[in-house]
Amino acid sequence: MAVGLTLIFGVMRVVNFAHGDMMVWGMYLAWLLAARAGIDPYASFAVCATVLFALGWGVQRGLVQRIVDAPHEMQILLMLGVALILENLALLLFGPEPVRVRSALGALTWYLGPLYVDVARLVTFVVAVALTLALAAFLRRTDLGRTIRAAADNPYGARVVGIDVPRVYAVAFGIGAACVGAAGALTAPVLPFQPALGLSASVVSFNIVIIGGMGSLLGAFVGGLLVSVAESLGAVFLRPSLKELVSFSLLIVILLLRPAGLFGRRTP
Amino acid sequence: MPALLRLDGVHAGYGDLTAVRDVTLAVEAGEIVALVGSNGAGKTTTLRAISGLVPLRRGAVALEGRSIGGLGSAAIAAAGIAHVPEGRQLFPTMTVLENLELGARTPESRARRAETLGRVYELFPRLAERRDQAAGTLSGGEQQMAAIGRALMARPRLLMLDEPSLGLAPVVVASIFADLAAINRAGVTVLLVEQNVLRALRLSHRAYVLENGGITLAGASADLLADERVRRAYLGR
Ligand SMILES: Nc1ncnc2c1ncn2[C@@H]1O[C@H](COP(=O)(O)OP(=O)(O)O)[C@@H](O)[C@H]1O
Ligand SMILES: [Mg+2]
Repeated sequence: MAVGLTLIFGVMRVVNFAHGDMMVWGMYLAWLLAARAGIDPYASFAVCATVLFALGWGVQRGLVQRIVDAPHEMQILLMLGVALILENLALLLFGPEPVRVRSALGALTWYLGPLYVDVARLVTFVVAVALTLALAAFLRRTDLGRTIRAAADNPYGARVVGIDVPRVYAVAFGIGAACVGAAGALTAPVLPFQPALGLSASVVSFNIVIIGGMGSLLGAFVGGLLVSVAESLGAVFLRPSLKELVSFSLLIVILLLRPAGLFGRRTP
Repeated sequence: MPALLRLDGVHAGYGDLTAVRDVTLAVEAGEIVALVGSNGAGKTTTLRAISGLVPLRRGAVALEGRSIGGLGSAAIAAAGIAHVPEGRQLFPTMTVLENLELGARTPESRARRAETLGRVYELFPRLAERRDQAAGTLSGGEQQMAAIGRALMARPRLLMLDEPSLGLAPVVVASIFADLAAINRAGVTVLLVEQNVLRALRLSHRAYVLENGGITLAGASADLLADERVRRAYLGR
């Protein structure tokens, strides 16, 4: 999901506070599809991604497009507003109780010698890696992907060559939201969730994006790995409630050593 | 037969400022037309208004008799106008090849992308050598070549250039101007904006002089080169 945030920030320089709430919507969507239609979240993540793509596209076209050139504090206000609406809508529709999605894979565990591997988590990880690679290939190899990179690199230059920059932004925002939707569906079976998860998910993914370096996909991915490893180690060696302490200490240390993040370029 | 490009009473500006007022000019197919004037005269704004990068306040722009005023920049580029903007405006983290390919956006230019790329590399062998290098790492002259190459990739009917000599060493400027002459001989119509008035008048067939947002002089470039007012104001003699 940090990858989606990176794409949105990297392309439009708009900080999307509604990110975590979009992920929660992806989770509830997976939950609905599992409960009502009996579709396993590991199959429905594509549907969740598609629906969230449409939501992201709509939010961009209807709201964000009006403020891409506005100062950051206005963008933050708008995105916080979108976040609040999404979170409270989820609260209204699904209630405050944590829910959990069952997946057929959830009960499986593989033993590899002394290690045991939770298959659901493994699949979540593998699919996340595959999606990140697919997104990177899309941005590198396809015409639309290159157009997105061009608009991120130099929006005025993109208009000069005749790229419809608002349309490209809508696609990028949609893809960013789709990543989050997929991430939501894929984590739904391994993590109980409730509407209030949105904000903390946004905070975690900002942390990841800043550690990795703003606007770098590779950075978002490596940052995600680092933060999850750091949090698990923190939970094991300190205590579970202190895991955020570990990841934010990591953030501070990395920013002290590399102010632009691990893979960030210093922006002038 | 209508002119390739025609501006009629064009006004454009930013906020409260009208930077260009009542500009009327024409570019015939096959010509090199120069638009010269000092810093702040409104040359860049005129090109931006033609490209749809700033809105047209008043007046009309037509390409081959078809009105393009008020269309967005994407539609105007698709209609056949390629713009080499002031400051090059390349995509600095993308490779030279990617920059060039991004210039070919219409279905027609895309279908002939490999062929046009070959012609651009023939014209600018340096770009072929550096095709996999990030555009931001090129020298100023090479960046200007890349910006011109990117515009040519669109196979435009009209190539507009904004101060291609800016910030370049005299030898590099001379070679860029020779390239422009070659591009024009190959059949591309050129509208050239320059502060380097001497070079622009030597290269072009006709020219317009822009002062404080309005056109004050127009004519054959050779006549303007000999004109007393032009010599005093722009050529320093
Ligand atoms: N982006 C802008 N915003 C506001 N004013 C501008 C902008 N660009 C140019 N101007 C003003 O418009 C006038 C014409 O500028 P410009 O078209 O860039 O002139 P030239 O290209 O001939 O040097 C100048 O007074 C300049 O200060
Ligand atoms: Mg200028």
